[in-house]
Amino acid sequence: MIASADEPRLLDAGEAALVVEFGSTVDPAISDRVLALDDALGADPPEGLRERVPTYRSLMLHYDPLVLDRAVLAERVRTLAKGATRRAAATTLWTLPCCYDAPHGEDVAQVAERTGLSPDAVVATHAGATYRVYMYGFAPGFAYLGGLPEVLAVPRRASPRPPHPANAVVIGGGLAAVATVPMPTGWYVIGATPARLYAPERDPSFFVGAGDLIRFEPVDAATFDALSAREATGEPVARRWESRA
Amino acid sequence: MTALRVEAAGPGVTLQDGGRHGYLRYGITAAGPMDPLMHATANRAAGNPLDATAVEISTGGVTLAAEGGAIGIALIAPGFRIALDGAALPDAVALALEPGRTLVVRAGETGAWGYLAVNGRIAVAPVIGSTATHTRSGLGGLDGRGLAAGDRLPVAEARLGAVAPHRLIAPWLDRDPRVIRVVLGPQDDYFAADQIAAFLAGPWTVSPRGDRMACFLDGTPLTHARGHDIVSDGVAMGAIQVPGNGLPIVLMADRQSTGGYPKIATVIGPDFGRLAQARGGARIAFRQVSVAEAVAARRAERDVLSEPVAREPVVRTEFASDFLLGLNLVGGVADGRV
Repeated sequence: MIASADEPRLLDAGEAALVVEFGSTVDPAISDRVLALDDALGADPPEGLRERVPTYRSLMLHYDPLVLDRAVLAERVRTLAKGATRRAAATTLWTLPCCYDAPHGEDVAQVAERTGLSPDAVVATHAGATYRVYMYGFAPGFAYLGGLPEVLAVPRRASPRPPHPANAVVIGGGLAAVATVPMPTGWYVIGATPARLYAPERDPSFFVGAGDLIRFEPVDAATFDALSAREATGEPVARRWESRA
Repeated sequence: MTALRVEAAGPGVTLQDGGRHGYLRYGITAAGPMDPLMHATANRAAGNPLDATAVEISTGGVTLAAEGGAIGIALIAPGFRIALDGAALPDAVALALEPGRTLVVRAGETGAWGYLAVNGRIAVAPVIGSTATHTRSGLGGLDGRGLAAGDRLPVAEARLGAVAPHRLIAPWLDRDPRVIRVVLGPQDDYFAADQIAAFLAGPWTVSPRGDRMACFLDGTPLTHARGHDIVSDGVAMGAIQVPGNGLPIVLMADRQSTGGYPKIATVIGPDFGRLAQARGGARIAFRQVSVAEAVAARRAERDVLSEPVAREPVVRTEFASDFLLGLNLVGGVADGRV
């Protein structure tokens, strides 16, 4: 059986949340099905569906059981999941400026050491790939990205490194991420983007959605500073591209 | 403008509305009250929407005063010690706090959280759609932090209720803290049947190191049948994850939106507060219920909150020292008559 033909498992997380599980691994085909169902429910949400939380392999649905009966929701999900195996919505690609140089790419040398690549090759490899936002989690705006080239798949650190600044571009455990909030981390910090994926005072506070694609565009430290100043005035420095799926 | 002034606040006293809903998909924690039923009851008693902004009081306690005019309040903090200018009050009380008087709320022998709602609106600006404070990400409340001495909470649309203190009668808040109802899953298949039985029976001791994010349980460690790492998925409030050491952790209001440990069961919504009110050292067990039973409990809660909260004038049942000192001795023991 291929993944797209399997019925998802429906798992209760209490009486007000339902997990629609398409698989147990990190896999673009599974993510496709998660995001396709997310789109389908988002296009015509049943009354009482409060939140949809896509993850690598499942869609968590938070609902008000006094408004939306579990059986009704489950039936709706099963029906939609049959048809929704690919995303129907347009694919959005974002290009985010990224400075890999000092002082931003603090851990590039360590990644070079662990992968056997030169520091320039680490940067070129990371900047040459196209990433997909699999999910948010862990912290506000923390975006988990799939699509990291295999040669950069270093394990995460055994113990966390000191806190990084906001909007760090990080890799670890075979994934990439943009870490929007300063914090200690087990990931490797290889750059920073002046684009603020998360800004609580801005409306909307977020602009990149799960399922969107991301590419990083290398910029030097002076350009990073100039773009950060622009971003601070409210002028977004991320660029958006649309294509039909 | 009328305002509540914070004279003193221990750690963990925050503003909470019904929670920051709709942004879990961006990694934003809902936050909101640790004891949603008690928070909603306090708001009900104050005549507010059930999810209005209220002060969540931790065992750190808080001291408050009114500025610019009297403020009607409904304060529900079972087990806490409440005093107005030194005179003891019931632990569920409605009153008008007049300028110049001081309301002190201190932890007692039991109870972990209390709620103070005002007759009106605590006018702080919402952030991402909510005033709920999430200190870890610095969102909501006052600058995303807990309350501190010197803070002012502006009260808009103030309405004054009865001036004299009234005891609030909310028997649905008398909850047995020893048995917490759960729905099994979403990853109960990571545990053998005997481990699920051991999980339910406990008993578990609530660890003192809990906070708004998690309630840690001590007891006999559980064993996993299929490992303790899963690819991250969503986390509901009340999810009970079992990490590698086998000791369950119940994820509470300030939990992260996703997580990578198997979740053996989930505390039902109506019992979140029951668990949250358990202090360090409390012993608890779990009881498995069906989704239908949990929904019925939710419905019963909704029905209870649809009625006004009953109240009665405070009659002194305990004599505070100031009251005793004010008494005049009118006769000796020998003069006592029945």
